[in-house]
Amino acid sequence: MSTPEAETLWLVGGVIVLLGLVTLVSVYVKRRRDLALDPAAVAQFHRRVTVWWVLCLLLATAFVLGRYWTVGLFGLMSLRALQEYITLTPTRRGDHRALFWVFFVFTPAQYIAVALDRYELYSILIPVGAFLFLAIRIAMAGDYKNYLERVAKIQVGLMICVYCLSFAPALLTRRLPPQPKPPPEQATALAQPSALGSSDREQPLPGEPTPTVTRTAPTVIWPEVHEERARLLFFFVLVVQLADVLQYAWGRLLGRRPIAPEVSPSRTWEGFFGGVASATVMAALLSWAVPFPVWQTATLAAATTAVGLAGGLVTSAVKRDRGVEDYGTLITGHGGILDRIDSLCFAAPVFFFLAQGAFPALGS
Amino acid sequence: MEKQWRHARTPAAPVQVEEPTWAQRAIASLLAFTARVISGASARWVDCQPDTCQRVYFANHTSHLDALVLWSALPAEVRRLTRPVAARDYWERGWVRRYLANRIFHALLIDRRNIKVHRSPVDEMLRTIGDRYSLIVFPEGHRNTADELAPFKSGLYYLAKKRPDLELVPVYIDNLNRVLPRGEFLPVPLLSCITFGPPMWLEHGETKSEFLQRARDAVLRLKDA
Repeated sequence: MSTPEAETLWLVGGVIVLLGLVTLVSVYVKRRRDLALDPAAVAQFHRRVTVWWVLCLLLATAFVLGRYWTVGLFGLMSLRALQEYITLTPTRRGDHRALFWVFFVFTPAQYIAVALDRYELYSILIPVGAFLFLAIRIAMAGDYKNYLERVAKIQVGLMICVYCLSFAPALLTRRLPPQPKPPPEQATALAQPSALGSSDREQPLPGEPTPTVTRTAPTVIWPEVHEERARLLFFFVLVVQLADVLQYAWGRLLGRRPIAPEVSPSRTWEGFFGGVASATVMAALLSWAVPFPVWQTATLAAATTAVGLAGGLVTSAVKRDRGVEDYGTLITGHGGILDRIDSLCFAAPVFFFLAQGAFPALGS
Repeated sequence: MEKQWRHARTPAAPVQVEEPTWAQRAIASLLAFTARVISGASARWVDCQPDTCQRVYFANHTSHLDALVLWSALPAEVRRLTRPVAARDYWERGWVRRYLANRIFHALLIDRRNIKVHRSPVDEMLRTIGDRYSLIVFPEGHRNTADELAPFKSGLYYLAKKRPDLELVPVYIDNLNRVLPRGEFLPVPLLSCITFGPPMWLEHGETKSEFLQRARDAVLRLKDA
């Protein structure tokens, strides 16, 4: 195992230090009863911090263990989220076989296709294959009561929990967009990340045979994940989670006009724009970690976080419809994974397509 | 362990179960673990704590997995002393089921079709548990497909009457019928929940129907606990 690149150390190290500080704060706040803070909010904060550590460790595996492990771990997360979603969604006896296919065939197949980088397969497997199959399978079961509704419920669950989320680990397995080698002095200029624009990056010639790996420091053992890709995934999760927290913070500070008070009184326009804007600024400051220039990183972050935060509203609406607060509280004793990763689910395909398709096509 | 001996009357001679071998213990743990993963079961104890004292767990019955999942939800040391009461015609079919029922759960198999007066299921149960074991029973008598809890059969009342020292623990099994509905053989891994409620006993002067109604209410109450 060779030494990781400086950007990786800065990014992962920085996040771990930050998480350490946040953990200290959370432990301190929990100990100090005399601060007269809302105990529910404190407990929620504590839970969030725990989830961040888990996510951080999970993503750290991408650097160390290689892509199959990471894809597998994301697959388990999908299964768990789907488990929570379907548990919450009323299905009928006739849906049992269809659900079996969802859990044991489509979800694993999707992640296997991602692990093997079969883009032509995983991009359509669920929206075409699974959707048609489910409609047919449920019709074959012979129960027509609420047919459309039942099919749609399962399809939406599959779309959000499996299809969308699988685009996050797909960042690892996709081949790199054309990437020129950066000038060597860039690595030493890390201390001023904002100084690292891309103005000095060369344009790749169109039609030039581009090698998939241009930087020569893959740090993983086997199977190879290009370190830059792992960093991109890390960056994505970091920015979306930051937006989530910042939205919460802005909402608490300035929140006045709720987006949809019946759905979620705590999600406000102020929180939304504050969250998106501040996460975009953070992303721009971190643009030295990703293979995009500052303006592209900022656009990417703005689009991704906006969709991610909107995704939180969607899952709130589903929960409200079912009359529960958290996916975790439906069946007591289970922490709701879906509550934590809903914004990641919605943001992942947007991030993937922008990072993979739109920007490289524009020619960065 | 002291608690096992607290009742004064001498119990009937227990049917001895040989100590499980390490392989049987390993299979039991593995099976319990698998059942918990597949059924996503979380156990909740409401006004009740896991204990090795003699108990009768009585629950609603909606799925073939009920007995297995309830048994798996108990802590290992309690599980070793707890024996499900199950239907002979189901559990004696095939060597896997027979092995599991006899060697792993030490299930008490009841012949549903051929009940003899001088060997009633209740007597068999009492003889089996002796002064050591606990039981898992499903007083509805059959798997219930309706949403309503069916009226309880009287076995529970006679158990309570003949052994007033047994703690009767109501259990509500939620969502397991969606994991494995009747007539299906492949489970779908949804989340389910097992709720244990406060123990109850037969009250002085309580009639059979009153008692059975109270027991049924105790299970139903756990639905929203």
